[in-house]
Amino acid sequence: MYTYDAFDETFVTERVAQFRDQVARRLSGELTEDQFRPLRLMNGLYLQLHAYMLRVAIPYGTLTSIQLRRLAHIARRYDKGYGHFTTRQNIQYNWPALKDTPDILADLAEVGMHAIQTSGNCIRNVTADQFAGAAAGEIEDPRIWAEIIRQWSTLHPEFSFLPRKFKIAVTASPNDRAAIAVHDIGLKMVRDQHGEVGFTVYVGGGMGRTPFIGKEIRAFLPKAHLLSYLEAVLRVYNQHGRRDNMFKSRIKILVHEIGADAFRERVETEWAAIKDGPVELPAEELARIAEQFAPPAFETLAAVAPEFEMRRFEDRAFARWARANLFPHRQPGYAIVNLSLKPEGEPPGDASAEQMDAVADLADRFGFGDIRVTHEQNLVLPHVRQKDLYELWQALLPLGLATPNIGTVTDIIACPGLDYCSLANARSINVAEDITRRFSDLDRAHDLGELKIKISGCINACGHHHVGHIGILGVDKKGEEHYQITLGGDATETASIGEIVGPAFSAARIVDAVETVVTTYVGHRAPGERFLDTYRRIGMKPFKDSLYATH
Amino acid sequence: MAPQMVTANRLADGVVVYLAADGRWRERCADGHVVDDRASAAQLLATAEAAVATCDVVGPYLIDVVPGDGGPRPQRYREQIRAAGPSIRTDLGKQAEGY
Ligand code: SF4
Repeated sequence: MYTYDAFDETFVTERVAQFRDQVARRLSGELTEDQFRPLRLMNGLYLQLHAYMLRVAIPYGTLTSIQLRRLAHIARRYDKGYGHFTTRQNIQYNWPALKDTPDILADLAEVGMHAIQTSGNCIRNVTADQFAGAAAGEIEDPRIWAEIIRQWSTLHPEFSFLPRKFKIAVTASPNDRAAIAVHDIGLKMVRDQHGEVGFTVYVGGGMGRTPFIGKEIRAFLPKAHLLSYLEAVLRVYNQHGRRDNMFKSRIKILVHEIGADAFRERVETEWAAIKDGPVELPAEELARIAEQFAPPAFETLAAVAPEFEMRRFEDRAFARWARANLFPHRQPGYAIVNLSLKPEGEPPGDASAEQMDAVADLADRFGFGDIRVTHEQNLVLPHVRQKDLYELWQALLPLGLATPNIGTVTDIIACPGLDYCSLANARSINVAEDITRRFSDLDRAHDLGELKIKISGCINACGHHHVGHIGILGVDKKGEEHYQITLGGDATETASIGEIVGPAFSAARIVDAVETVVTTYVGHRAPGERFLDTYRRIGMKPFKDSLYATH
Repeated sequence: MAPQMVTANRLADGVVVYLAADGRWRERCADGHVVDDRASAAQLLATAEAAVATCDVVGPYLIDVVPGDGGPRPQRYREQIRAAGPSIRTDLGKQAEGY
């Protein structure tokens, strides 16, 4: 895992000292709120509905056990004992006091973390496949490139004041778990016909008010040229992106307005001028960074551990968890373990300080101290020996971290919504909680198969509702919470934007409406079809008919 | 005009507060000073702006309130959540303190 070098350390420590001074000057009145706001936002500190909110960056969703313990400590010492993992693989604290934030940032800096570029019109925290370095079928660890992008983009002077915020996601697997199609830039590692590794580059994806799936602007970019090419894309956006209208300022609008071909041409022209220039990463630096992501000391094991097989056979609950929450590992005898942060009736993505500490301990005991945060708001222990899985599962059960529901109807993404967020139209967490209660029967949930529900409390779409198989968007209708349903969204390699099914449902009716959608699917599905498959085959009409027939 | 009061967040810790009749900032909405004419509302907001200048609070604004059992309470749903705490964590926020 990447550890800070002296440069990173000095920079982050200096930044904490600066912010300490800025906070002191704000509290003494030397700085006005208008002067201070941009400074606090540059350090991830927002003012939300109830209090300040601190968003801490977790680059590409990777944490060491030491870092996770520190996040637990911050939750306990400065907040109300919990944190919220977000769809950007970050963590948010909902109750920090302004006067404490310099101490929080100092505590973070000690473990190589910060809250820089988690706000503002800059390149935000780079996200990546949470199974990086572990997934079977991965081309190479995408975090090497995510870290390179992090270093390149951190305080990049030319790109600190872009027309709008900018999000980059990287994956190196054929199965896209990083939702690259709905990012400003999505990077997918691929091999060309000669076996050389590079990236397919997508631009202009995004959600919010005007959702778009990213357009491919380069089928193959040799990886050595990644930074110069990204620089070219950002330059074109920085020059031509709209600054006159906040709703049209994201790169997706520029790409849409001029077209992917024209955009590609501008990028290629820009790139021709800087390619092979000083922005390209020297091979030694690449090697230095790559070395930090070297695989842990895996043991040589048989592909399948007999202990694991036996336990699965004997213990039905364990077998169910194993089926839902484990993913194949590239190393024989190992598994990728998902820890669900979606227990029935609880806020998606919240973890208590005790849970964080316990996960850190379990990561040390069973998984090389490596923890991942997923954009679907769960945690992952990426490298666990199969023979340890039963013991791990038993340890997770009393912690409330063994809900066997990954990818199912109750593994819901929900943004903070009106319970915390000052921009919200409606609550989202309570809707998620109610849906998990409605579908609490595990047999039923598993029978429904892969089903992704995603909920946002406003059109900003932090809850990714546009790409939910069932998307739920909170709207305000004459001062009352209502919910609009979209169907057929998909954030993976077969990405699509969901379509609005019809008029919004009241808060009292939304869970029934979701159930109607689900039963309509069950009534129409062909053997082996997931919800998304059925929807793509039969279209919107049957769903619309059953949803609005009862009115 | 609907009855109104002024709310803000306390600068140092972000806590939601309401401007009381004695010019102090209180954590309970029910302790906020209610006005029901435009001139008094403007006056109340001006008092609040002065508190911004002295670094007590940030972002003051007027909210509509309605009479309730324990005193005035916010009319809009958003402000009710702000006055109470997250609806999904009743152990947190002002509601946890019995407000
Ligand atoms: S989608 Fe809207 S309500 Fe939800 S967190 Fe984002 S801005 Fe807030």
